[in-house]
Amino acid sequence: MGPLIPQGIITGQWDFVIALLIGFAFGFILEASGFSSSRNIAGVFYGYNFVVLRVFFTALIVAMVGLLYFDYFGWINLDLVYILPTYIHSMLLGGVLMGFGFVIGGFCPGTSFTAIAIGKLDGIVFILGFFVGIAIFSFGFPLYEDFFTAGDMGNITIGEILGLSNQIVTLGVVLVALVAFWGTWLIEKRVRKTINPFKF
Amino acid sequence: MISETNLNKKPNYLNPYFGGVLLGLTLLAVFFVAGRGLSASGVIKLAIVTITDFISPAYTESNNYMNKLVPDDGSTPMFSWLVFSAIGTFFGGLISGAVYGRLGKLRIEHSPKISSKTRLFAAGIGGILFGIGSQFGRGCSSGAALSGTAAFSFGGLMVLMLMFGTGYVVAYFFRKLWI
Repeated sequence: MGPLIPQGIITGQWDFVIALLIGFAFGFILEASGFSSSRNIAGVFYGYNFVVLRVFFTALIVAMVGLLYFDYFGWINLDLVYILPTYIHSMLLGGVLMGFGFVIGGFCPGTSFTAIAIGKLDGIVFILGFFVGIAIFSFGFPLYEDFFTAGDMGNITIGEILGLSNQIVTLGVVLVALVAFWGTWLIEKRVRKTINPFKF
Repeated sequence: MISETNLNKKPNYLNPYFGGVLLGLTLLAVFFVAGRGLSASGVIKLAIVTITDFISPAYTESNNYMNKLVPDDGSTPMFSWLVFSAIGTFFGGLISGAVYGRLGKLRIEHSPKISSKTRLFAAGIGGILFGIGSQFGRGCSSGAALSGTAAFSFGGLMVLMLMFGTGYVVAYFFRKLWI
């Protein structure tokens, strides 16, 4: 049955109505979870607030397990779901740069949208920087065009790399998430004793 | 005993696991409907291409990164799923802020140990690094790390681990910004 749009079950302008609704839910949940505050987000790196890890990993395992069940019930054709392609070299660099950006800037793009929505000037400056960063990348693209497409592994999945099924991979991610939830709960309790609580 | 003032100071957020379940269901819904995940950075990329194309169509045509994003039929790159979902994200945040009483005047949130100027400078630098990184990484936290990994992509998991891993490795050097 699904995915609906790639199979033409929903067509035309409905695309954009659905995009608006999905985006709305995304923004609402990010803001309501506390991601409009850079200090909430940065807490994940300093042990005083692991909300990012909790929301992120919960969402990840819900979506992964959900996709497997949808596939099992025949509700979605996983072959039609977009698997982000892997380009080893450029994604290594990209991941590292985003790690720096995350710690220094305290936002990622999605969360900065919601920060701007509630009136955070630092969110606006972050997204202006983000704009400049993508502009720098785009205009400089001829310089690293080859690097950008090097190490092309196509739409490869985690399971294909490790020789495991999607089900086992998902089970692994669920176990890692559960251990992380428990471990970070312990860390947070200890760190919060030494860091003064602050007003957001 | 928790005093009333303390309760008032406590921000009213969703339980993170509940928020995570809702976000996971949203992600599942977008996979079911559109066959791909959430995105936040795409809209900025398209905005840059649109502006550049407006100023110099010849340049966008010559740039191999940009020319793939300009539709052949002459329509604007902005008429895209990515743009509408980003508009939705902004308004979702706005409504949530209104519901939970967090809407306010323009303000800068920063650790009491740094000045507003330092915070804005750091936000700008962080944004630039995130911008460059998101293009090399084929997506940001939502597009690559979350949606990519959820669809079992190896690259998505790589970006996820590198992003948080690098964050933890370098956090010590930037601790003055936060704690």
